[in-house]
Amino acid sequence: MREKIVLDLGKLPLYGMGTASVTWWGTLAFMLIEGTGFALAIAVYLYLMNLATAWPINAPPPDLLPGTLVTLVLLASLVPNVLVSRWAEQQNLRMVRLGMVIMSMVGIAPLIVRIFEFPALKVSWDSNAYGSVVWTLLGLHTTHIITDLVDTLVLAALMFTRHGGNPRRFGDVQDNVMYWNFVVATWLPIYGCIYWLARL
Amino acid sequence: MNRPVAAPDTRDIEIERKRLTDALAETWKTPSGIWGALATVDHKIIGRRYIVTAFVFLGLGGVLAALMRIQLAQPEARLLGPDRYNQIFTMHGANMMFLFAVPVMEAVAVYLVPLMVGTRNIAFPRLNAFSYWIYLAGGTLLWTAFALDMGPDVGWFAYVPLSGPQYGAGKRADIWAQMITFTEISALAVAVELVVTIFKQRTPGMTLDRIPVFVWAMLVTSFLVIMAMPAIVLASTSLILDRLVGTHFFNPAEGGDVLLWQHLFWFFGHPEVYIIFLPAAGMVSTMIEPFARRPAFGYLGLVMALIATGILAFGLWVHHMFVAGLPRLGDSFFTASSMAIAIPAGIQVFCWLATLWDGRLVFKTPLLFIIGFIVTFVIGGLTGVMVASVPFDTQVHDTYFVVAHFHYVLIGGAVFPLLAAIHYWFPKLTGRMLNEALGQWSFWLIFVGFNATFFPMHILGLEGMPRRVYTYQPDLPWHGLNLFISLSAVILIAGFLLFFINAFRSARVGEVARDNPWDAPTLEWATTSPPPSYNFPMIPVVGSLHPLWDDRDSLAVANGLRTDRRELVVTTLAAAEPQAREASPRNSIWPLWAAIATTIMLIWSMFSPWAVVWGSVPVAVALMGWFWPKGTPEDES
Repeated sequence: MREKIVLDLGKLPLYGMGTASVTWWGTLAFMLIEGTGFALAIAVYLYLMNLATAWPINAPPPDLLPGTLVTLVLLASLVPNVLVSRWAEQQNLRMVRLGMVIMSMVGIAPLIVRIFEFPALKVSWDSNAYGSVVWTLLGLHTTHIITDLVDTLVLAALMFTRHGGNPRRFGDVQDNVMYWNFVVATWLPIYGCIYWLARL
Repeated sequence: MNRPVAAPDTRDIEIERKRLTDALAETWKTPSGIWGALATVDHKIIGRRYIVTAFVFLGLGGVLAALMRIQLAQPEARLLGPDRYNQIFTMHGANMMFLFAVPVMEAVAVYLVPLMVGTRNIAFPRLNAFSYWIYLAGGTLLWTAFALDMGPDVGWFAYVPLSGPQYGAGKRADIWAQMITFTEISALAVAVELVVTIFKQRTPGMTLDRIPVFVWAMLVTSFLVIMAMPAIVLASTSLILDRLVGTHFFNPAEGGDVLLWQHLFWFFGHPEVYIIFLPAAGMVSTMIEPFARRPAFGYLGLVMALIATGILAFGLWVHHMFVAGLPRLGDSFFTASSMAIAIPAGIQVFCWLATLWDGRLVFKTPLLFIIGFIVTFVIGGLTGVMVASVPFDTQVHDTYFVVAHFHYVLIGGAVFPLLAAIHYWFPKLTGRMLNEALGQWSFWLIFVGFNATFFPMHILGLEGMPRRVYTYQPDLPWHGLNLFISLSAVILIAGFLLFFINAFRSARVGEVARDNPWDAPTLEWATTSPPPSYNFPMIPVVGSLHPLWDDRDSLAVANGLRTDRRELVVTTLAAAEPQAREASPRNSIWPLWAAIATTIMLIWSMFSPWAVVWGSVPVAVALMGWFWPKGTPEDES
């Protein structure tokens, strides 16, 4: 078939930021998958809670301190996180490098507190269904912190290489920021579930 | 920070045709040899592999079905013992659902969607390669276990407590649960690729109302996968945890609940039916046009019906649990919603009938399968409305009536359209036509064989024959019909054999296909059969839903893309206006390493929870290798 040229794409940029980037949409789709997973895990918690005559089952409510501390650390981490996103948008390599180092440390902090959070649940995963579901909720969220931390560390290292100045990397940083916001946002209902529903 | 646009000589402007296609072929090629084959990220090669693998699993599942029919042909048969029979019906169901039906629909989409939306590769092509390897590993795991007499024996839905630690000794249930993890990872990966391809890589001008219906169907299906599959991942993971580390999700003695399993399973399992059916419906809406020689009637209705089905699909799951003793009000709600889903299905059927009514029909094999589909699917849909009623369902639950119903909707509703699709798109996939005479023979054998095999099962069910029994006594009144069914299955199998023979033969010596042998209106027919590695020498630009019908002499295209960089057009979500010349990743072996590392971790984790800790290290390393920039032109920005 004869081709008839009706459009010239030559002036388009070689890379799209934000909604023009396919990885942005891919990250969003993965967040939807994981968000559904979190929602279902919370649904399992509510289902088992609804079924039980007493809740928590044969255990005191979890200690508030470590979980609340994690919550505060995660909420505080949003400040540098949003700043990193802004610097990435301005393609300010020096500040993004600094921000990524800060975010790497900010990602490690809640993991350290979380080491104390598991014992603070005051129930073992194999004691009863209540123990199983709170350990699973906490474990599921911890996996997400670890995953994003590894991503942040690798990306931080990448920013210090010759690939760091590439605008494409700033897009990666923004996607990483978005994902960390998601990790923080999903924690809030889980926190409410584990610590406050058990106190109703 | 943007670097200047590359030197003009690498763009496809004012360049002689031969030089253009040579340069594109060099940039997009899959090198020959084993390494090239393992590292390729070409959606067409991966899509073909996916399709062939899924059909191998169909054949294997068919062998299991044949074994069951031989066993049930007469009372007190001794071919299979109860344990082997349990493994075989479990393997048949799990294999057909997880290794054939869902993957084959996604596989066809992996091949076709990028072509139909006019782009050069699927979004996240390396993830696509990874998803295939993971799928292959999951299927191999299941079948290897079966060969070692370790096949799951707990039914395709693996109800607890039968599959739990108390009754499911050994590793059989774990094999089932971990096979789920493999297939869900691969299905979710493909769903993400398809959503992003359809959202962002549609060719300029392909606004929402110019998207082919099959592509719409795959978009809705992908969202169903994304929203439904986490439920089964959560279910199978908690089952493994119950079995491996002593959690109590499904143990009533410690506050767990066995019905929780059924809720989680069917919250996935019912949408699963539509994950299989919606692509098939989309295929029919797309294929019906060239064979009715007119646009499909009611485009908007067809698309809205797909979306409505997708939403309603999440409100039906409890109708699989009507005999589980749930509150009456819940039963009534789910009866109503189950009947409501007949409305969008009906809208589609009437649109297809209207299209055929007003069309000038071309009775080639694909159209025969489409008509066979409409007939069979309507019968299956009607028995679906019947079992949506609680009193009726209570009567026929766990009988052969249900077996008949779901084979009508799954084979009639999905496999018939799929076979139509294979006959229709075979020339695009292979460059050769399927033999028409053999195609028509296989249609009639399959159509007659199918109905003769499965229709009597309704009667057997009403006569009280339960599902999943390995034999029955001679004094029960089921013998005659069972023998008839088994003999009819021979016709059905002969039809499938003929189809496979036709496919093998035609792929090698079939008539050479033209670019658009059916005179079809959608973009995949605007390129050669089979398409080159870069799909289109120049990106098509569309101004209507039927670009190849509206202008038969010429194809509107865009220029300005580079030839030395894997480049494709990213467009806006609704209006499909060009936004960027985005890079598409090159071939890479890392997805294979990542898949191998993931496979080791998943299999190991059936035996030790520490596998998740230590096994994730190689996975992380492989992912770093995958994403680390290699300084190719694709990194430019």
